[in-house]
Amino acid sequence: MGELRLMKGNEAVAEAAIRAGCDGYFGYPITPQSEVMEYLMAERPFERTGMVVLQAESEVAAINMLYGGAGTGKMVLTSSSSPGISLMQEGLSYLAGAELPAVIVNIVRGGPGLGTIQPSQADYFQAVKGGGHGDYRMLVLAPASVQEMCDHVKLAFDKAFEYRTPVMILSDGAIGQMMEKVVLFDHIPRRTDEELIKQCPWASNGRPKTRNHNIVTSLDLDPAGQERVNLKLQAKYREMEKKEVLFEEVQCEDAEYLIVAFGLSARICQKALDLARAKGIKVGLFRPITLFPFPATQVSNVGNRVKGILVVEMNAGQMIEDVKLSVGCKVKIEHYGRFGGIIPSPDEVLNALEQQIIGG
Amino acid sequence: MEDQFIKTDILKPENIVYKKTSLMTDKPLSYCPGCGHGTAHRMLMEVIDEMDIVDKTIGISPVGCSVLAYDFMAIDMLGAAHGRAPALATAIKRMWPGHFVFTYQGDGDLAAIGTAETIHACNRGENITIIFINNGIYGMTGGQMAPTTLPGMRSSTSPYGRDVTTMGHPLKITELVAQLPGVYYVTRQAVHTPNHVRKTKKALRKAFELQKENKGLSLVEIVSNCNSGWKMTPVNSNKWMEDNMFPFYQLGDIKVDGKLVVKTETSEKE
Amino acid sequence: MAKVIGDIAIDIEKCKGCEVCLAACPFTVIAMSKEVNSKGYRFAMKVNNECTGCTNCALVCPDGVITVYRAKVETV
Repeated sequence: MGELRLMKGNEAVAEAAIRAGCDGYFGYPITPQSEVMEYLMAERPFERTGMVVLQAESEVAAINMLYGGAGTGKMVLTSSSSPGISLMQEGLSYLAGAELPAVIVNIVRGGPGLGTIQPSQADYFQAVKGGGHGDYRMLVLAPASVQEMCDHVKLAFDKAFEYRTPVMILSDGAIGQMMEKVVLFDHIPRRTDEELIKQCPWASNGRPKTRNHNIVTSLDLDPAGQERVNLKLQAKYREMEKKEVLFEEVQCEDAEYLIVAFGLSARICQKALDLARAKGIKVGLFRPITLFPFPATQVSNVGNRVKGILVVEMNAGQMIEDVKLSVGCKVKIEHYGRFGGIIPSPDEVLNALEQQIIGG
Repeated sequence: MEDQFIKTDILKPENIVYKKTSLMTDKPLSYCPGCGHGTAHRMLMEVIDEMDIVDKTIGISPVGCSVLAYDFMAIDMLGAAHGRAPALATAIKRMWPGHFVFTYQGDGDLAAIGTAETIHACNRGENITIIFINNGIYGMTGGQMAPTTLPGMRSSTSPYGRDVTTMGHPLKITELVAQLPGVYYVTRQAVHTPNHVRKTKKALRKAFELQKENKGLSLVEIVSNCNSGWKMTPVNSNKWMEDNMFPFYQLGDIKVDGKLVVKTETSEKE
Repeated sequence: MAKVIGDIAIDIEKCKGCEVCLAACPFTVIAMSKEVNSKGYRFAMKVNNECTGCTNCALVCPDGVITVYRAKVETV
């Protein structure tokens, strides 16, 4: 068993990055995720593992530093919160277009605009549907605990390199700030240059005489060529849909009603489920862990066995669209959400279930 | 006829005194006839070739006319988003500190949309080389006004000439960043005559050599022509550049060995 | 006695006819063709034997289409 520690979610991200063998972190301060860089600067991983940590002049610069590092095959990470992630959308689109591996952590806060610094899940569309320009997707992970914040960093790096794609960890201000015990995985040494070159033969990191020059770009001015690029990307996304879906089912076997929620909302719904079960209402909980690829078949299998589904999100109804697309229209599907940084209580959720689904 | 025979006779590989470096690919350049980009590319590649650092060099191309620079330079390269090249270079150099890292950027890329990335990379003293091609116009998009467009100069978005009262003044970003302590070497050159080409190559060599010493950022500006954008023949555009661009963007060293070059009146006349 | 002479070879298919080399040549060795290459450009061509192999034309050629030769030859 690994090392046990009490940590903030943001700190767990930072520590996990060091332990995963990350080569570089580039970020810009924004509440509620600043602890990621603060932890790294205090921890001095450049002395521990050789990992570079740099405070950029903006999120725009940070994501492009990621693009530069990723283009040379390095394992790179950034973190930010909603307004900062909006600034990064150009870079995310370029990363996807140039097929570069990178991990981006979004500790979501309430919006739109400057919004609030309190937790929210209102960036679901932006993360899952492609917030930048062009037809691209990112693999999106939704941790619901500090433990998952840690574990998802490792998983995200693995998948980023496996698929040569940006991977987003879509968390929120509450999970970023809350302290929980976490079992840290053991240190994985950073790759040597030789290992990196072997793993990333496509990367631009200095042309030896034995090969032609490598070019990292998302540009192809020939429409036929650009269509080929797009078809390749789409094939990659279909592959992810087949292989990378992650989800959790809680008491779904005998469920008459289903709650679907991700991240922090799922934790609250777990309590709401307990309250409902205590009242004799047979409720199950379905928690997508990958938001893209969305567990469409799995939620449909459970969803079509129940009388009604309540989708609980800290937004105005975003994931519900994917739930509806997955389950179809035979089952009643309603949304319950709070916005602007307000976290719904378990009682509220139970009440919504009774009002909108059971009694509705 | 005998002379002709003698001349033909020397066209042998052993008599070659100048040919295009093998670090320039055989792809025809996408630039307009007479554009300085090609010459700037070639000098850059000659320096890398002569220093024998291909396996340790990473280049970053911009958005703009030279967006396809990676097709012409036979070295490992990355294409950056518009203006972001210095951010890419920063991360790359920090994670590959033994490598030579350069950005190749135009005036719109470096001095407008990428101003923040330029200034902060300079201010952090990133140990990279920025090659800045200044032709006072957005060439690729069709000759729009650039941050470096001269007062009164016509462009497609300043068709009656740049009115500085409403359109702002041309930005001497090179002099601006030369003020920053992180910047070690700044020079302004040109590539339209043989002597200028030779000086530019020397400046590029110096900039790359400095990367070995971790002294800070080096910036080589090359004032160049845009005969299509300026709507002139290549030869006339070079003349116009000498008459109009050079008085405003004066050629020569701006900062050497970390110290600003003090220009006296006599040195300016020279 | 020995004399140093120069010569140039021009890749006329890649020449874009910009004429910058004409201005750079100190001995008016280069002129433009009347015919055009497959891209439709008039191209640079050597028109006399005054070339010294100074490399000026090749240095300023944006498209790098000029190769310069220089050799010492015995003259009678």
